[in-house]
Amino acid sequence: MDFRELTALELGKKIKNREISAREAVKYTLEQIEKKEKSCHAFLHVMEKYAYAQARKVEEGQKEGRFQGPLAGVPIAVKDNICIKGVPATCASRMLENFVPTYTAEAVRRLEEAGMIPIGKTNMDEFAMGSTTETSAFGPTYNPWNKNHVPGGSSGGSCAAVASGEVLCALGSDTGGSIRQPSGHCGVTGLKPTYGSVSRYGLIAYGSSLDQIGPIGKNVEDCTAILEILAGKDEKDATSMERKEETYADFDGEGICGMKIGIPKEYLMEGIAEGVKSEFMEAVRVLTEQGAIVEFFSLGLVDYTIPAYYIIASAEASSNLERFDGVKYGFRSSGYEGLHEMYKKTRSEGFGAEVKRRIMLGSFVLSSGYYDAYYLKALRVKGMIQKSFQKAFQKYDVLLAPAAPDTAPAIGTSLEDPLKMYLGDIYTVAVNLAGLPGISVPCGLDEKGLPVGIQFIGDCFQEKQMLRAARAYEKARGDFLLPYEQDREGE
Amino acid sequence: MVKIDDETMDYIGILAKLSLNEEEKKQAQKDMQKMLDYVEKLNELDTTKEEPVTHLFPMENVFREDVVTNENQRDEMLANAPGQKEGQYQVPKIVE
Repeated sequence: MDFRELTALELGKKIKNREISAREAVKYTLEQIEKKEKSCHAFLHVMEKYAYAQARKVEEGQKEGRFQGPLAGVPIAVKDNICIKGVPATCASRMLENFVPTYTAEAVRRLEEAGMIPIGKTNMDEFAMGSTTETSAFGPTYNPWNKNHVPGGSSGGSCAAVASGEVLCALGSDTGGSIRQPSGHCGVTGLKPTYGSVSRYGLIAYGSSLDQIGPIGKNVEDCTAILEILAGKDEKDATSMERKEETYADFDGEGICGMKIGIPKEYLMEGIAEGVKSEFMEAVRVLTEQGAIVEFFSLGLVDYTIPAYYIIASAEASSNLERFDGVKYGFRSSGYEGLHEMYKKTRSEGFGAEVKRRIMLGSFVLSSGYYDAYYLKALRVKGMIQKSFQKAFQKYDVLLAPAAPDTAPAIGTSLEDPLKMYLGDIYTVAVNLAGLPGISVPCGLDEKGLPVGIQFIGDCFQEKQMLRAARAYEKARGDFLLPYEQDREGE
Repeated sequence: MVKIDDETMDYIGILAKLSLNEEEKKQAQKDMQKMLDYVEKLNELDTTKEEPVTHLFPMENVFREDVVTNENQRDEMLANAPGQKEGQYQVPKIVE
């Protein structure tokens, strides 16, 4: 039996029916990781002992009638900025190379409560800053579709782990597109929930007003099932919200006939690759065929989202990363004189170039004399962007956008020009600024044979609508096979 | 248009608690200037009537009784520290 042919829900069902044990699922997953890691490098830390212990707990619990949820026993990869007690969490940074959290993130606690099994910590851009997973201090992750290309980022390890068949599902985090963009680049499905849906407790903070944990999987149903487990109020995160939906899955209903879908026309005007545009338009045709009413409209303010995002995210990053000073955890430089030099040397040696770049920009825009002109200005623009989406959702049930303007870039071509890399976030950052949910679903391949993702965007806490549209599209699109599912000979 | 000169870079270094060598400083200055020139675009928008938005949803203060709920994890937490002594974080001497 090849587990990889299954979805997470299908594996969960087999475990529940006792066709496969949780420990067998762990063993098989570890074998896949062992086999694929050399060419993929999706993981920073594999949790063999931890996973077997959790699997035993699930098996014993199941005998007593516990762990009856649909995903009990299913292994899941976890991005390395999400804490698990006793397991290293490095954020792919030298700064946290030796850091072992003393508590578990609420999101992971919920997964474990549902019987899911954390199997390893995945590679990422350092502190989630980057769009390619190349800023990792521990080396890049390779795109399973083409080893010469990046997987996208910052949750590149989680997405590549799913795309390569090492795991069936993973957790990522999304501050400006870090789940949706790499999902698009790896041909997998990635969901960023409404801000406040999932507790951030135990997520090492980058931009606190934007960060959100979400699932990555092989299809919309798997992601939805994981969201059901993750979402809900947590008193340990004051920004987490009481859940409105009893259940997010509403797939058996009337499909999307009559659903109003809006496409911001600015998104297709310039800077989009031909291969992405044609696959995107094909997806639009599929949705229309399913009875959706698809319209182009002007969202407005599109050119202002990236400047506003990078000011706000950098400002929050500079504040959040102040804690890394060589005192309480992580790296400390050697050879310093006095406390202040220790701070400075530790931070200069412990952080990589992109992290330092954002800390410096953030420190500047928050400094007295520039605070109003940059930081407050960006927050005002954020309000305007939020309003432009509110207006759009008066007219449309769901919005549609590409996941990224181009498919995955070749390794080594992005970090030279940071601004150019930032512009690749054009379709994703606005969603974070407005707090909206978004899901990236694969829609085809470009002329290079690299996957293209389409992004469904919902109104705040309207995940149900968004998921219904995404699921209907996925069904109408038909199978989208990952490389390992296409070519079994090549192994 | 804001010009990032050497003096500003030194000031940013103090705020960001980073010490860069000359080469890094030059590169950082270039990157920062480029980024600030780019975000200048926001000034095309009239935002005089807009409120700065920090939280998207209305936030209320959350109160609870001030009781300890977690166990004592001092040793586990100290194990992460680069320097520790007698159950406390150790830092370089700060008082002469």
